[in-house]
Amino acid sequence: MDKLLTLLEKNARFTNAELATMLNVSEEAVASQIKELENQGVIKGYKPLVDWDKIANDRVTAMIELKVTPQRDAGFEEIAETIMEMEEVESVYLMSGGYDLSVLVRGRTFQEVAMFVAKRLAPMKNVLSTATHFVLRRYKDMGVELADKKLDDRGTISL
Amino acid sequence: MDYQSLMNPRARDLKPSGIRKFFDIAEEMEDVISLGVGEPDFKTPWHIREAGIHSLEKAKTRYTANRGLKELRSEIAAYMIRKFHIEYQPDSEVLVTVGGSEAIDAAIRVLVCPGDEVLFAAPSFVCYEPLITLGQAVPVPIVTRAKDNFALTAADLAAAITDKTKLLILPYPNNPTGGILRRKNLEEIAQVLRGTDIFVLSDEIYAELTYGEKHVSIAAIEGMQERTILVSGFSKCYSMTGWRLGYACGPAPVLSQMTKVHQYGIMSAPTTSQYAAIEALRNGDADIDKMREKYDMRRRFIVDGLRRIGLSCFEPEGAFYAFPSIQSTGLSSEEFCERLLYSHKVALVPGTAFGACGEGFVRASYCESIEHIRTALERIEQFLGEL
Repeated sequence: MDKLLTLLEKNARFTNAELATMLNVSEEAVASQIKELENQGVIKGYKPLVDWDKIANDRVTAMIELKVTPQRDAGFEEIAETIMEMEEVESVYLMSGGYDLSVLVRGRTFQEVAMFVAKRLAPMKNVLSTATHFVLRRYKDMGVELADKKLDDRGTISL
Repeated sequence: MDYQSLMNPRARDLKPSGIRKFFDIAEEMEDVISLGVGEPDFKTPWHIREAGIHSLEKAKTRYTANRGLKELRSEIAAYMIRKFHIEYQPDSEVLVTVGGSEAIDAAIRVLVCPGDEVLFAAPSFVCYEPLITLGQAVPVPIVTRAKDNFALTAADLAAAITDKTKLLILPYPNNPTGGILRRKNLEEIAQVLRGTDIFVLSDEIYAELTYGEKHVSIAAIEGMQERTILVSGFSKCYSMTGWRLGYACGPAPVLSQMTKVHQYGIMSAPTTSQYAAIEALRNGDADIDKMREKYDMRRRFIVDGLRRIGLSCFEPEGAFYAFPSIQSTGLSSEEFCERLLYSHKVALVPGTAFGACGEGFVRASYCESIEHIRTALERIEQFLGEL
């Protein structure tokens, strides 16, 4: 299972036949394992990894550190749930250390993201403070290097 | 000056690999997808590189002992016990060399006299024959076949032995075929050699890269250690090709002669590489396991792919090459490779690069990512369809 997931994590578009060959199991076994992983919610979905900077699309991403007051009984859950429902929000993590929630926000312009933080996140009842860090460049995302592939320095043929 | 006439004829008459021209063309072309490379695509693991860097920071930049750092020789001896159950004395039975190649060269030089016959399994790596020729000895290739899993058979070996036979070179796991020798094969070979004075030069540079079956060295077979020079190195298993570091293990009387040759020709192997190699042997087992697992997936992928597109392919059990037959196309190995390169920009190595008996085969290396291999296979499939 682990090996199957590792392969899919690298390339979710491997065909079942290819996965079966690499893992030395039958194609049916691969199909049923994937089904099971999907049913169990281990595999949550499949998406392309897009380098948006490549197409002239206005997109900015910011990592926002939130300090919040945990709620009696609900802890951080309630506020995290509220935040994750917002369309602009890509991911929400509960963090150890100097702040509580890390929120990844995507917008079309710096202005738009800044306004989102100022108007939506900062005024929330239990939010004590925010710190916004804009992403300037993505070098590697989800294990994939986004910089253009370096040339192989091995040459074409060697014995 | 008439340089040609002034050269040592034995050097002058060495064939530069007959397919050099083909290689040059491949290097010049753009957008080539290559399965022609004989070295790992992985980087040297960081902790090993770091050990090299650290040694430089500490200004460990002088010659080492001719035989190599004592610490490194001890680690090599410990590794030989840990992995292959063979015991060597680090002080007298281990020599650190510039790649496995230097060890092969030195072993042939000290063992072989003019007129001696040197047997070697073929197809195999390209260096044996020229080195034997330089030593004024007679190279005698023993052809191995797909039906025997490209293993050297005891019968073929026995048939090739004459009273002039001095040395047998055993290149297993094999480049280019991917064949290995199992304990049973080795026992049978040992049976032929026991009671003779024939030495064995066992080139085990791919020992760590076998799939399924664990590598067994001929030196681990009873009565063989006393006549075996075992050559290995760091290039393939730790992805350290450019560090140029290898070693020979064997009987002290032979190793001391090799050490002299090494001392006068080389002095000592690169010091930075030796420090990196100590770290590799101490903490690198897990790196090898990880890389082996990746190679194994690629191996199954490429063999399955080659068969699917209609080429019959022996299932390689070691190294990182597939050696499919292209006889069904009616083309010679070189024609096949040249036309494939020109028309579909895939670089393979003709089997004939590894000896005349490689005719009818091509070598496809799988030290490449799955995506890379897939693209190459797609192009080869198109090529086959257009023949």
